[in-house]
Amino acid sequence: MNNARLRWRKFVSNFMLAMTGVCAFVSVLVLFFILGYLVFNGGTSINWDFFTKLPKPVGETGGGMANAIVGSGKILLLASLMGVPIGFLGGIYLAEFSGKGMASVVRYAADLLNGVPSIVIGIFAYGLVVLPFKHFSAYAGSFALGMMMIPITLRSTEEFLKSVPRMLREGAMALGASKWKTIATVIVPAAYRGIMTAILLALARVAGETAPLLFTAFGNRFESHGWSQPTATLPVMIYTYAVSPYDDWHRQAWAAGLVLLGLVLIINILARTILSRGIAVPRS
Amino acid sequence: MQASAKPEFSVNIVTNLTTPASRETAAALPMRMTVSKLNFFYGPKQILFDINMGIADKRVTALIGPSGCGKSTLLRTLNRMYETVSTSRLEGEILLDSQNILVQDVTALRRRVGMVFQRPNPFPKSIYDNVAYGPRINGYKGSMADTVEKSLRHAALWDEVKDHLHKSAYELSGGQQQRLCIARALAVEPEVLLMDEPCSALDPISTAKIEELMVELKNLTTIVIVTHNMQQAARVSDFTAFLLTGQVIEFSPTPHLFTTPSDPRTEAYITGRFG
Repeated sequence: MNNARLRWRKFVSNFMLAMTGVCAFVSVLVLFFILGYLVFNGGTSINWDFFTKLPKPVGETGGGMANAIVGSGKILLLASLMGVPIGFLGGIYLAEFSGKGMASVVRYAADLLNGVPSIVIGIFAYGLVVLPFKHFSAYAGSFALGMMMIPITLRSTEEFLKSVPRMLREGAMALGASKWKTIATVIVPAAYRGIMTAILLALARVAGETAPLLFTAFGNRFESHGWSQPTATLPVMIYTYAVSPYDDWHRQAWAAGLVLLGLVLIINILARTILSRGIAVPRS
Repeated sequence: MQASAKPEFSVNIVTNLTTPASRETAAALPMRMTVSKLNFFYGPKQILFDINMGIADKRVTALIGPSGCGKSTLLRTLNRMYETVSTSRLEGEILLDSQNILVQDVTALRRRVGMVFQRPNPFPKSIYDNVAYGPRINGYKGSMADTVEKSLRHAALWDEVKDHLHKSAYELSGGQQQRLCIARALAVEPEVLLMDEPCSALDPISTAKIEELMVELKNLTTIVIVTHNMQQAARVSDFTAFLLTGQVIEFSPTPHLFTTPSDPRTEAYITGRFG
């Protein structure tokens, strides 16, 4: 009797252990499955031309996506320049200056903004930037992606600043540092690696966004000079090529997917490298 | 008749400011800081009651008493560190070199009244940058390398770190970190150095080093130390104040307080009957 109970408990324990293990394994498997599928389909289409040539006219095979790679880079750069400072300084305000009531309002708004579907952000940017200028542009695309980076940067800046031990604040203030000096010379440097990592992860997240770019940056089969022209980006290129009826375009869409994933992977590795370097603040 | 009444009146004032036992010392030594009629509150709760005491120049003054007696709070009023708690309220007067610190610019005050905390709290920077931090934010123009070396020497840490000044401060041991924090505080040449149980997180050997240091630092600065280690107070301090439930029960020269306490509560505490 007692033995039977014990056996049952052991069985339940082992069963749950196995279940959690299997689910953990499946999570990893999904990533490797996607990666494998992309390499299998796109790997053969990735060549030097893909990175250096412009798209060929319909009907001709070959060509590349140099314009989309450059376009994605440009738009991500400008989006970061717009979104990161706003999110970063807003996060400092939340963590260091705001009262409780104000903080909860801003925090709630940021969480809502983070939850706004990206296509809605796209429509908003379309109405605000594209329509008045009567032009799809890199500006508009950057504006849409920049807006998406604000809440992520803001919330993570706040979290990392708050996790800096109180002892460090008091140490700086006891030396006669004003509040702003304390923040600028001790608190932010102590939280810098965490914030930097969060910014890079935010960048990786918006790098793959398609919907907000569809009717802001739009797309371009040629190189776009400057910032005010329709601009090709990798995610939109994948979309356009994947829904096309041409086999060669399908192959190139797979290749673009692989490049995009590689880009996100590189950003992630960069974030982890930053996190593991420099002086870590011990948790008290 | 009137002539004899006048000196009596002034004696009464002294009695109000200091407890009888410290009267002879108060007359003999110049005071760096003076606390009078200090009442302190956190929200509705009163923490300190009518504190009157003088901090003698170039001496070590110890604040002892059981946990929760208000000794740390009293220490934190001396550089207005209590202001980080928004519900705090202070009544009374605290003078530094005869000037009321409560109406001064707080950052200027804290440059003159330094502080070392219970647990070592070096910044996540190099040893050098930790010591240079105070002079830098205060716009120091002289030779930084000299200031850093001088401060580390005063904190008896120079010989141990001189070959790796640019290593992270976190690579030092706990005791070294605390001496680094002392060096960091000394780098701005404070007139008064507040130490809030500076040895409570340290091992006995590191503690002995810091105690030795305090005695030497008397030549440079005025020290106020909070400790719940009575032996430590007896070893390092010149004056000791015994606090209980927010009141100064007795404030005397240290040998006096530990050998012939005048209040039965002081005697009960130092003989280990409570606390």
